[in-house]
Amino acid sequence: MISIRDLSVELGDFTLKNASLDVTDGEYMVILGPTGAGKTVLLESIAGLYPIKHGQIWLRGKEVTKLEPDKRKISIVYQDHALFPHLSVKENIIFGLKLKKAAHGAIEKALDQVVNLLGIRALLHRRPSTLSGGERQKVAMARALCVQPDVLLLDEPLSALDPQTREEMQYELRQLQRLLHITALHVTHDFEEAIALGDRIAVIGDGEVKQVGTPEEIFRQPNSEFVARFAMSRNIFPGVIENSDSGDFLFKTGNTAFIVTNKSNGATRATVRPEDVLISLEPVHSSARNTFAGKITRINDKGSTLYITVDLPPEISALITRNSFREMGLTAGMQVYVTFKASSMHVF
Amino acid sequence: MKLIFLLLGLLILAFIAVPILKMILASSPAILLDTLFDSQVAASILLTLYAALIATVIGFILGVPLAYLLAKTNFRGKRLIEGLIDLPIVVPHSAAGIALLFVFGRNFFMGKAFEAVGIQFLDSLAGIVIAMLFVSVPFLIDSAKEGFKKVDTRLENVARTLGASPWQTFTRISFPLAWRSIAAGNIMMWARGISEFGAVIIIAYHPMIAPVLVYEKFETYGLNYARPIAVLLILICLIVFIALRLLVYRGDKS
Repeated sequence: MISIRDLSVELGDFTLKNASLDVTDGEYMVILGPTGAGKTVLLESIAGLYPIKHGQIWLRGKEVTKLEPDKRKISIVYQDHALFPHLSVKENIIFGLKLKKAAHGAIEKALDQVVNLLGIRALLHRRPSTLSGGERQKVAMARALCVQPDVLLLDEPLSALDPQTREEMQYELRQLQRLLHITALHVTHDFEEAIALGDRIAVIGDGEVKQVGTPEEIFRQPNSEFVARFAMSRNIFPGVIENSDSGDFLFKTGNTAFIVTNKSNGATRATVRPEDVLISLEPVHSSARNTFAGKITRINDKGSTLYITVDLPPEISALITRNSFREMGLTAGMQVYVTFKASSMHVF
Repeated sequence: MKLIFLLLGLLILAFIAVPILKMILASSPAILLDTLFDSQVAASILLTLYAALIATVIGFILGVPLAYLLAKTNFRGKRLIEGLIDLPIVVPHSAAGIALLFVFGRNFFMGKAFEAVGIQFLDSLAGIVIAMLFVSVPFLIDSAKEGFKKVDTRLENVARTLGASPWQTFTRISFPLAWRSIAAGNIMMWARGISEFGAVIIIAYHPMIAPVLVYEKFETYGLNYARPIAVLLILICLIVFIALRLLVYRGDKS
C-alpha cells in the first residue's frame, strides 16, 4: 500500500537517513521512536506537507513523492487534534467533502456513517473549544475518516489524553481500523501503546530504522541494544558466544556463562526480560537451565510489582509481584537464587 | 510601588484625555452643528474619510498577502523587509511627502506612468490617497502578520490533507482565523490615514482634507475658527473608531 524508499529527513536534532519501510494494505504499523519533533516530520513528509529532498514515497504502486497533499488521499490526525476552532464539530467533519463539492445527500450519508461509528452524534453542534480531550480525539478521527482516505497517519494521537481515556481510545482505534480495513501509520514514543496497537512495529533511533517486526519479535528478539532498551528489557549483557561440550551454546559475560538455545553469529549482546527471571530462596530444580546465586543489591518498588536486582555478577533484574516479595521477605544484601530458561535469553 | 506606578499612569492618561475632553466640552453644540453644515467643512471631512478608506482598501489588497508570506515563510532578507515596512512609522511625515513627490511627481517615472492612464497625484485625491497609504500601511501589515502567525500551521496542514488546495486553505482556514487581527489592522490603518497631515500637505494641499482645513483656519483666522472643525474631526474619528472596535471585538468573549 505505502512504501517509503531511502527517505532522508533532516530537522534540527532529528535526522533520518535512507529509511525504507513497507506497509501492506490494511496494516496497522506503529513507528516507535524517542520523544522529539522528528516523528511528526516523517509523517508530514509522507502526507506531502514537508518537502522531501532525498528518497521516494510510493502509494498503491505509484510514486507520489512530489504529489500535492490534497491529491494523496492520506489523512493525518495530530497529537493536539488540530480541530478548526472557527467551525462547529459538524463543519469540521464535513470540511473535506464540502470542498470536493459532494452532493448534499452524499455528505449527510458519510457524516452519518462516521458519527455513528464513533458515537459522537451529540457533539455535532458544539464548538471544538467546549470538547474534552477524548471527544476532540474522536472528532479528529471522524474528520480524517470522512474523506475515506487510503492511509491514516496518526501523530501521537493518544498522548494528550488522560491514562484512562487513552486506554479506551486505544481499544476503539484498533476496532475502528480493523472494521474499516484502513492502512494506518501511527507514531509514538510509548512502547506499551506500540505493543497494544501495532500489527507490526518499526523502531527508529539514531537516524535509522533499527528494526521492523511484530510486537512479539520486538519484545522477544530485539536486534540491537537500542531496541532492547526501548522494549524495556533491563538485562542487557555484553559478551561472546561459545560452543559448550554438551552441544549447547554458552554466552559468556565476565566469569559467568549463560546457557542459551539460539546462536546468532557474532552476537555480542544477550538479553533476558526481567519478568522471565525467577527469584527464590533455595535453588530451583526445573527444566530452566540457568540458575545462579547472588546478593540482592537493589529493590525498585513499582507498587504492584518490584524490580529486584541481584549481583551474580553481572547484575540481573527480576520482576516479581508484591505478593511473592512479601512471602519471601526480600531485603537488600540477602542471598537468593535467580533462575531463567535458556530459551528466554535472546542473543544478538 | 504599585501606587507610584498608578500615579504616573494617571498622569499620562490625563495628559491624553484632558485636552480632548476640554476641547469637546468647550464647544457649544450649536456652533458644532453650524460648522458641520458648512459645506466646505462637510466636504473636507467626507473627503478625509473617503481618501483614508481608499488607502485602506489598497493596503488590504496589497498588504495582506505580504503579511501572510512574512508570517508563514522563512527566507533570506525577511528581517530587512520587516524593517522596511516599519520605516514609514519612523520617518518624519513631511519628509515622506517629499519622497513620494519625488517618485509620483509629474516629472518622475511613476508620475509619468500614471499620467499616461489619466491619474496624476499633485493636488488631487490620488495624491492624498498615496500619502495616507504610505504612512498608514505598516499598521495593517504588522497586525495582519501577527494574526497569521497565530494560526497553527497544523490546521492548514490538516486542511490540505482533507483535499483543500493552497488557495482554499487560505480562504477557509488561515484568513478566517486571522480575521480579527486583520480587521483591527484595517481600523488602525484607516484611523491613521484620517489623522495624516504632514505627508498630505506636501503632495496635495488641495483638495483640502480636514486636518489641512483645521491648519488653514488656524493660520488665517486663529484658534476660535479652527477649534470647532477640530472638535468635529475628533468626534467623528472617535465614533467610527469605537463602533468598529466593538464590531470586531464583539465575538471575542468566547
